[in-house]
Amino acid sequence: MIGRRIEKPGCLALAVFGVIAPMVFPAYVQQIAMLWIMIVFALTWDTMGGQMGYNSLGNIFFFGAGMYIAAVCQIWPWYDVGQYTDPSGILTTSFTPDQYFLGLALGVVLAALGSVVLAVVFGLIVFGLRGPYFAIGTLGLAIAAGELIGAWDWVGGGGGIRLPVFPSGTDADPLFRVPFGDIQSADLQGVFFYWTCFALAVLTFLFLRWLYRTRFGLMLNAIRDDEAKAEALGVRTQLYKTVAWSISAFFLGISGALFGNIIGFMEPLEVAFPTVTFGIFMVLMALLGGKGTLWGPVIGATLFHIIKEVTWTHLLGWQWVVLGLLIVVTVVFFQQGIVGWLQEKRPEWFGIEVDRGTAGQRVDAAAADGLDAVLDTGEDAAGEGVR
Amino acid sequence: MSALIEVADVSKSFGGVVANNAIGLGVEEGSITGLIGPNGSGKTTLFNSIVGFHPIDSGSIRFEGVEISKMRVPQIARLGMLRTFQQTRIFRKLNCVENMHAALSHRGGTFRSMFARKSGEAEERAEGLLDFVGLYQKRKLRAGDLSFGQQKLLEFAMALMNEPKVLLLDEPTAGINPTLINGLIDRLRLANEQFGVTLFVIEHNMRVIMNLAEHIYCLAHGELLADGPPEALQNDQRVIDAYLGAH
Repeated sequence: MIGRRIEKPGCLALAVFGVIAPMVFPAYVQQIAMLWIMIVFALTWDTMGGQMGYNSLGNIFFFGAGMYIAAVCQIWPWYDVGQYTDPSGILTTSFTPDQYFLGLALGVVLAALGSVVLAVVFGLIVFGLRGPYFAIGTLGLAIAAGELIGAWDWVGGGGGIRLPVFPSGTDADPLFRVPFGDIQSADLQGVFFYWTCFALAVLTFLFLRWLYRTRFGLMLNAIRDDEAKAEALGVRTQLYKTVAWSISAFFLGISGALFGNIIGFMEPLEVAFPTVTFGIFMVLMALLGGKGTLWGPVIGATLFHIIKEVTWTHLLGWQWVVLGLLIVVTVVFFQQGIVGWLQEKRPEWFGIEVDRGTAGQRVDAAAADGLDAVLDTGEDAAGEGVR
Repeated sequence: MSALIEVADVSKSFGGVVANNAIGLGVEEGSITGLIGPNGSGKTTLFNSIVGFHPIDSGSIRFEGVEISKMRVPQIARLGMLRTFQQTRIFRKLNCVENMHAALSHRGGTFRSMFARKSGEAEERAEGLLDFVGLYQKRKLRAGDLSFGQQKLLEFAMALMNEPKVLLLDEPTAGINPTLINGLIDRLRLANEQFGVTLFVIEHNMRVIMNLAEHIYCLAHGELLADGPPEALQNDQRVIDAYLGAH
């Protein structure tokens, strides 16, 4: 089974790339950090859209929610949030490294947990919807969240929040300076968030890899293939759906918390709840790579991110045309995605058995053969079953 | 009467159409009970009502003495009452063994058991049951690639995997070729005798149901027309009229 055999080298290659990338391509640290976030986007979307068959267009909601929760947690212990976000800028603020990192740690943890709580609450509402209605319902959730936050002055309203500035290399904790040396604040920030994003992607990947091999993963697939049948077998489908969405929300919440700090500034529509950019990208990346597979989203996100960065640099002005084209081509002609296409062409690579003898020729003769062989001559008469 | 399933005075309408009107029947524990009637007589509606697929308008449905008419499908399934579908329903993209694993009972499952690995014991039972229905050779194939008849057998095996107390089968032999039907009848009877599963079967094929069932209920126009052992029902003029349309 080639699939299994190339999985380990694949993991290893990605891990090695992740570790040496900031040293080898120091100019691209932020782009590669974005790649890890994109991989988290695609993987967590696929848990819902690919593995469970619930195409959510609103997963970006948890990204934005995580971003805002983290921002508030980073400010609130030290300053009044309302004053901090006041557009007149009456408050001058500075954060000591201790304050910064304590706030960040608190922010990341609460962004993850808060997103899970939101997933449970909104899951009660949206999981009553199926198919396209679910997609539109979740999209509405993300758009509404952006608009509501935009009207909430305490968190800066439409003007957004500028996040605490990363401690500069000179006043950073000596303990913290050791691994990074005496480099500039901006570079230090880039490297620091590079590693956190990389760790997040690795954690997400390993967690989902484990999850899809448990009974939970199997039940997600069962819900995708026939939810009514799963219910008829006694499956608590609502519970599975809610937990699956919570898992997506957990990792997306963290990604939002990190992303906000990388950019250093957030506002509701373009940065926190960008339904038409990141919200669509996560769907496209999973589809491009092959939905319902573990590696599809990783491959899709990598390819997409490269295409995106290249077109943004070399085809500026045409980048949206290229992206639109990519969406159309993927959705119309290449729905199974790269890994899905490989599974069709080379099922043996993935350990999928295909009955070449009867596939496509749906007659009961084959069934009768199989059964009669067992009935008449016992199970040893294995000849009939086409392997 | 202390039947396993007790249906009393159950009515169900869809808009102006009365699909079931004051139906009362009982399924004895350990029995094979049949349900027959012309097309549109309300058999599947009654099944749907019993398993909680839709709410009933009035009446009472009891399973092991517990009122279940207000419960929903998964809840009733976890009590040990399972149904198969007229149009087979299996998990198409999973292979047969995975389908069997997915069918494992969810009774008393804890939160942690959701994340358990597939157990070797379950694997053995799955393969044993696939062998029982004659699909052992096909166990690694995707269920969606199986023929219709094979999918029916798989669905039956999945139902047994769940270890139900009672199994409601909606036309188990429809769309299956005659050679296979005999094998299927044997297996239904074996499941009843060996695994102690009570069977409640909707069937159009008279030869099958008369052979299989100990007691048969006949519906017509949403009402219970007659019931009794197969021999009695075969000679019942009302049943014959209902089927031939003499009204």
